[in-house]
Amino acid sequence: MKQRKKKLAVFKFASCDGCQLSLLDCEDELLAVAGAVDIAHFLEASSRIRRGPYDVTLVEGSVTTEHDALRIQKIREQSKILVTIGACATSGGIQALRNSRDIAEMVRVVYASPQYISTLDTSTAISDHVHVDYELRGCPVNKHQLLSVLTSLLHGQVPRVPSHPVCLDCKRSGVVCVSVVDGTPCLGPVTHTGCDALCPRYGRGCFGCYGPSDTPQVAAQALVLRRQGQSDAQIAAGYASFNVGMQPFAQEFAKGLAKDKR
Amino acid sequence: MLATLRAALERRSRARVHTLAEQVERQSYLLPRARLDDLIQLLIARGYRVQGPTLRDGAIVLGPLRSDRDLPIGFTDEQRAGHYRVVPRQDVAVFGYVVGPHSFKAELLRPAQTLFRAKREAKRVRFIAEAVDDSPLCLFGARACDLAAIEVQDGVLRDSQHPDAFYAARRAASCIVAVGCTQSAPTCFCASMGTGPAPTRGYDLALTELIGDAGHRFVVAVGTRLGADLVGELGLALVPADDADLARAALRDTRRNMRKSLETTGLQEMLAAAANHPHWDDVAARCLACTNCTQVCPTCFCVGVEDRVSLDGSETERVRHWDSCFSAEYSKLHGGAVRASVRARYRQWLTHKLSTWFDQFGRSGCVGCGRCITFCPAAIDLTEEVQALRAPVSARTRARGDSSNGN
Repeated sequence: MKQRKKKLAVFKFASCDGCQLSLLDCEDELLAVAGAVDIAHFLEASSRIRRGPYDVTLVEGSVTTEHDALRIQKIREQSKILVTIGACATSGGIQALRNSRDIAEMVRVVYASPQYISTLDTSTAISDHVHVDYELRGCPVNKHQLLSVLTSLLHGQVPRVPSHPVCLDCKRSGVVCVSVVDGTPCLGPVTHTGCDALCPRYGRGCFGCYGPSDTPQVAAQALVLRRQGQSDAQIAAGYASFNVGMQPFAQEFAKGLAKDKR
Repeated sequence: MLATLRAALERRSRARVHTLAEQVERQSYLLPRARLDDLIQLLIARGYRVQGPTLRDGAIVLGPLRSDRDLPIGFTDEQRAGHYRVVPRQDVAVFGYVVGPHSFKAELLRPAQTLFRAKREAKRVRFIAEAVDDSPLCLFGARACDLAAIEVQDGVLRDSQHPDAFYAARRAASCIVAVGCTQSAPTCFCASMGTGPAPTRGYDLALTELIGDAGHRFVVAVGTRLGADLVGELGLALVPADDADLARAALRDTRRNMRKSLETTGLQEMLAAAANHPHWDDVAARCLACTNCTQVCPTCFCVGVEDRVSLDGSETERVRHWDSCFSAEYSKLHGGAVRASVRARYRQWLTHKLSTWFDQFGRSGCVGCGRCITFCPAAIDLTEEVQALRAPVSARTRARGDSSNGN
């Protein structure tokens, strides 16, 4: 008996759509994906919408409005397996920079007619609202990892989402350490794998877009960055990016700013 | 199976060669600098893929050598804990530097190795063995510490109860042209580990570079029949006694000038008894758990495996890749990591390398190359950590026992 194709859904919250595009970017494999699953809800790809329940749901973006906070509950109810894709869905995204500021003031500064804006004080990860089965990091996600996780879920294999630091990927690929050889500040030692060391491969320090690794030694990392001549403000700014909503990056960001003010 | 057998045969024939080598070894040959490329071209002509030191991305790494011009001629390296720079030399030395971020481990124990594939067919799953790579490979410019590291890995991966066919095949197919170190870096401590700076065994040819009034040349020691063969084909003359003395003196000076050392007396026992030493907390506060030390280490051999399934589920590939005891996932069993704290991970690494390695393999796992010191972004120096761990522990700390072993 032929197995029923698994139903796949993709939902978007506060985000730039880049992670969903990673799926569409799988040009060589796109037809195979379309053939292997029943794409039931994926607005970026098709206006045909089918109702749940879904076997696998990919969620992009963070929760920033009352409406979205409710919507994610409904999506969870309709999803057997829920996978967040990208930094926004997994950590709150770059928009979580607002979490440490006065939201009313920001709305006033940014919008001409602030009275039409209805928003929460914070931008939060999907896992702050519902149970998440697997989290894919990155800004954007790595399409190879996305495909590998989808493949595993389709065939009943436990998806492999490694959590080691970027340094291991550099070493496996023979990439020369930019921190040791060049003195370039690099967040690789505290950053989660997934990008295959994209930045160090091109001689740049890691920006930390995959967020903290499973053992982010941020205090030890601060000692290294200070030795490389970074000020507390610069160290804080290094964490003020796509994963500023995730601990311990959030705390390092706040700590660095506080120190700098003193 | 076939590969294992072939490797065993190769091993036996090599053992015979070594006795011959002992006679040949007493004689050294002279290779003028202008003829160094002849050696490389001869190796290439014989079908060897020559891998050796070359300049890339601001470091002396291991890469393909097509001619002597690919070598980092006239460059040296500046190394200290957490710091590596390549700078020009005053002369045109060919081997005027020490070891860099890469080691020949990457050639013998590949960072990623397919072990087998499986295909789903109508009524069964077909397993397809992965062929071993036994294409001729020349490890050019291996230092004495590199040779010692290869010997350590041979013991673990080739000559052990469960040999690795992929490693054994690569090893059997490799020719080693070693280089005696005529200088050391502040991170080198091979002399105290008894592994260098002069290559003593495990090479086919070993070169020692001499630059001076008598010209730019290499004293070539022959280690095997293959080495003797290469020297014969190049038609090299025996080395003048003066040059042989100069080469010996140069290697002796390197040993004398080596500043760093690791005190190995009683080290195995000391570390075995130091599980509750408070200093582990101190180093854990500085350690990034970034895995760099284990990856640059030429003897660390830990690997993980993963299955890569094709999208349609018809095929799968099992791949082995380098892994590290510094990653939380590495010790993950049901429910979590056995070594959850960085303290436990650093302790595991250092204790294994310098103490339990003896219990397991009858020797130290450290060859004194200093890579883990230079390439630790946090500048942690294992020789200093060992020094600190030698400080006596108070009776109270020792009595804390297993309940607080910091995992």
